[in-house]
Amino acid sequence: MTFLFYIFAALTLIGGIGVVVNRNPVTSAFSMIISFLGLAALFIQLDAYLVGILQILVYAGAIMVLFLFIIMLLDIPKEEKKRFPVFTLGGTIILVVTFIGLLITVLKRSKIGTAKLPELTGVGGPGNSDVHKIGELLFSQYWFPVQVVGILLLVSTVGVVVLSKRELK
Amino acid sequence: MESALTLNHFLIVSGILFAIGLAGVLVRRNLIIIFMCLELMLSAANLTLVAFSRFNVQEGQPNYEGHVFLFFIITVAAAEVAVGLAIIVALFRSRETTDVGKLNTMKH
Repeated sequence: MTFLFYIFAALTLIGGIGVVVNRNPVTSAFSMIISFLGLAALFIQLDAYLVGILQILVYAGAIMVLFLFIIMLLDIPKEEKKRFPVFTLGGTIILVVTFIGLLITVLKRSKIGTAKLPELTGVGGPGNSDVHKIGELLFSQYWFPVQVVGILLLVSTVGVVVLSKRELK
Repeated sequence: MESALTLNHFLIVSGILFAIGLAGVLVRRNLIIIFMCLELMLSAANLTLVAFSRFNVQEGQPNYEGHVFLFFIITVAAAEVAVGLAIIVALFRSRETTDVGKLNTMKH
């Protein structure tokens, strides 16, 4: 279990680094798909099956296809091999190292952080999966946010159609 | 089988992924890559939510409110990507570039 965690965590992080360092946007997009697949595996390792599947379907499926489609539609050239500005690169490295250092320092001191993975006894079997539980929550306690998200999707669809029209008059 | 995984493992992976996304947003100059790095940061936050929900077990069940929250985040992210890419396409039509270094008409 720990062995698999390290494999998928490495996959996620290597995919993420690939997005940042590749000069070709298509290669970046494919690295991002790898990163999302690793992340979905981590979700499934945390017994979040529905969320893991949603991650693959929505992110690695729909969103990345949209990205690839736009990259190919716009025919973006590779970024030219200009050196990154020293100021930007230095600032970024300082920021990232500080962020990770701060995170590790805080996590070392926290008590909840060293908790072992607790056993799940109340889940599993027919009619008791996480899909059932999330569905029940969505359609009882969270019915109003679901409606709002539905309207948001409608508004964004209309917005995209308006934005994509050639003549904005 | 006893597993030695702790909450810190997942939080550190999530933090490093977030830092990678942050570095990408700051260093890269292609608008689409910057947008992809933003998605990476969003996914890193998702991992934190799921990890906290899984480690907060009550009556043998994880806290499913984290999963519900994540469901909403994924939906909003999909809507956001669609609108953002439409804006990038509209920008590309008028300026013929996606390089943020060249999109500086407000400066002059």
